[in-house]
Amino acid sequence: MTDFLVLAFVFLVAGVAAVPIASRLGLGSVLGYLIAGVVISPILATLNVDVVAIQHFAEFGVVMMLFLVGLELEPKMLWQMRHRLLGLGGLQVGVTTALVMGVSMFFGLTWTVALACGLVLALSSTAIVLQTLNEKGLMKSDGGQASFSVLLFQDIAVIPMLALIPLLAMPEMSDVGTHVAGHGTEVVAESAQGDAHHDDHGDGHDEAHSDDHGGGHGMNINLVEGLPAWQATLATIAAIAGVVVGGAFLTTPAFRFVAMANLRELFVAMALMFVIGIALLMTLVGLSPALGTFLAGVVLANSEYRHELESDIDPFRGLLLGLFFMTVGAAVNFGVLFESFGLFLGLTLGLMALKALVLFGLAYIFKLRGGDKYLFGLGLAQAGEFGFVLLSFTVANNVIPQDIADQLLLVVALSMMLTPLLFILYEKVILPRVSGGEEKEPDEIDETGQIIIAGHGRFGGVVNRMMRSAGYETTVLDYSSVQLERLRRFGVKVFFGDATRADLLHAAGIHEARLLVVAIDERDAATEIVRHVKHEHSSLPIVARAVDRHHVYELYAAGADHIVRDTFDSAVRAGRSAYEEMGMHAFDAEMLSRAFVDDDRAMLAALASVYDPSVPVHENQEYLDKAKEFIDQRDDILSGKGEAFRMRTERGWTPPTKEDLKAEQEADQE
Amino acid sequence: MAKVIHYYAHPGHRFSHANKAMWDAAQAVEGVTRVDLYANYPRHNINIDKEQKLLLDHDVIVFQFPIFWYSAPSLLKEWIDLTLEHGFAYGKDGDKLRGKWMMLAVTAAGPEDAYSEGGYQHFSLRTFLTPFEQTARLSKMRFAAPYVFHNALRADPGPHAAGFADLLSGLRDDRVDLEKAEAAECLYFDSIPSVLEGA
Repeated sequence: MTDFLVLAFVFLVAGVAAVPIASRLGLGSVLGYLIAGVVISPILATLNVDVVAIQHFAEFGVVMMLFLVGLELEPKMLWQMRHRLLGLGGLQVGVTTALVMGVSMFFGLTWTVALACGLVLALSSTAIVLQTLNEKGLMKSDGGQASFSVLLFQDIAVIPMLALIPLLAMPEMSDVGTHVAGHGTEVVAESAQGDAHHDDHGDGHDEAHSDDHGGGHGMNINLVEGLPAWQATLATIAAIAGVVVGGAFLTTPAFRFVAMANLRELFVAMALMFVIGIALLMTLVGLSPALGTFLAGVVLANSEYRHELESDIDPFRGLLLGLFFMTVGAAVNFGVLFESFGLFLGLTLGLMALKALVLFGLAYIFKLRGGDKYLFGLGLAQAGEFGFVLLSFTVANNVIPQDIADQLLLVVALSMMLTPLLFILYEKVILPRVSGGEEKEPDEIDETGQIIIAGHGRFGGVVNRMMRSAGYETTVLDYSSVQLERLRRFGVKVFFGDATRADLLHAAGIHEARLLVVAIDERDAATEIVRHVKHEHSSLPIVARAVDRHHVYELYAAGADHIVRDTFDSAVRAGRSAYEEMGMHAFDAEMLSRAFVDDDRAMLAALASVYDPSVPVHENQEYLDKAKEFIDQRDDILSGKGEAFRMRTERGWTPPTKEDLKAEQEADQE
Repeated sequence: MAKVIHYYAHPGHRFSHANKAMWDAAQAVEGVTRVDLYANYPRHNINIDKEQKLLLDHDVIVFQFPIFWYSAPSLLKEWIDLTLEHGFAYGKDGDKLRGKWMMLAVTAAGPEDAYSEGGYQHFSLRTFLTPFEQTARLSKMRFAAPYVFHNALRADPGPHAAGFADLLSGLRDDRVDLEKAEAAECLYFDSIPSVLEGA
């Protein structure tokens, strides 16, 4: 228990400390986790922790991630991707394997070892790439989609690789481990058992006991073990059919059943049960659990419980992936690395250059342009966590000698650690360079409306619905791919893109638009858009959403024409309902809340005119004086002294005072 | 038994003396449909279908309101503009209100003698109410004389309010002689023509 707590605490502290710093420095969470792993590796070594064992456990995060990716993909979209999946993915794996094999043979390795190396290094890191793409909102870009196709193909390709590798075994090494059988499936099963028994020797790297990526050799139990090929195939097909049919017909009733208990945590348990169950089923029939859960995700993409599943699984995915990245960082053997640093760096960079070259070639053939080409080429240039699995598998099957495997392992880990840097290179250096007009935009805008709406969340969405219901054409920009995916499902025309980028606004037709609505969440970015657009197109009216009153001042200073606080009006309506509920006449409640709004707006306008963005409010004497004036006025109203607020509410329907009547009476009598 | 609907329109209900007294007194009268227009439509978003249905369900329509600038408060005008639409109250097939009675219950700040050629209002009160009278006529309704409370800001509204309750219950029970009411100039709390009285 204490051991576990210490371990959990160490990992959590490392992650919590490193990731925010890394994010702040623009390095992304993945690099933050990797660095955290490197930092704590001495502690883990002191504690005698089996990092690789934790890594295998944490790899379940990848399974969850693929499930979530599946949830975002409709079967229709998957089908549309099939050419890229097979073409891009197949060529990437094939060509990279061949090239790595060629280079390896050039350096004197036998062809079997070279081929195994090729297979191991052809794979990329699903965990790092998908996590980074999601984090940076690049999943929906062309480059992101192409990357995803390749990663998915690699996931599938692991299965035949696991069948192929035992066939490459060198007879002269076979006296060490398990004997080689001619039948792929059997070898897979046997080696799995072999791995389990070998846990106690070596430096931990050769334990190919992976519960998720291992494809055919995951667990000690395997239902298809020993079955004739046709029965094994049948079982596999039955399992997939079970996932598809079960996902389509059983989840809704199951969720309804759980919903009866009315316990939030039960939904989480259910979602976890679901994912783990599928992963288990896939392992039992010798398939990749990541692939199985991905499939389940696709099946559930249209389910009404999609978001529930998503939000329940997501934290586990994040934590497990974080743990996984940390273990990658911690698993780097710095002793070995520094012994021949130049060699490993050369090997790693060489490998990445080679993979990038292949990817660039494919990008050219498959017509990926501009930034997308670089995203694709650089993003997938590393070796991946599948490599760890395959390496230990090859060692167990006497394909690759232990010393070469250890070196390759270091290369794989190093290349993974370099990947976040490549993403930064892409973002900071390449993307600004390739901004040669239309090539750069993340999403092709094929329709420009009179009204541009930046940000389509809870706020911009309402504005958009109102505009469209009145028959206006709108162009919506949003950089949350999740949000857009949902909207597209409802048939709303939306484009992915960061509205703070001037070129995107230009592509959206800002030069011929009649109105810009700025409704993005980030206040500073919203202000920046207003300032920029007002500067470039001074005559274009801008309706801007403010987060609070300080943001109102900023937007006012930036030149927005209409500034609407995002929660103010709904709060006023809530206040009006509260008035009514307290027994106030509906019309009185209406008038009073209108008066409140007028009063507040008058105050805001007065304060905005003395607001100075360069001076903090508490140091702005003019602002302080004015604010105090209003506050005093409010106090007067509350104490019954002031009339300004009251007069605006009541004077229209207030009968003459007694004095008035007296004067009138006297006039009548005269 | 006549079905009576009582529409009330006063944007300053809170500050009203006479109209508030009338509204409160009317609460005691059972079997009369009461509608506080400013409570139902504080944002002037009148539900036309619902209002027309209400009208169809009743025989006698009473509008209670203070006279503002020789007319009704704005919401009642809005209500008339929208509810009495073409094809319903007037125009082609616009006979849905045929034979119903319209009656006003109004309060005026000025004294009775102000509403005459020599008074400072220069015209009779009925003259100012002719738009309502003609509205009833065009809608094929009959228009009974208005139930009037003069000097509303000063006079004691008690008897007038009690008279209003009597009027409503009388309309409900067919105790008011509507023919006579139609012929009268104005009705006051002590001059409501009763069917029994007439008999």
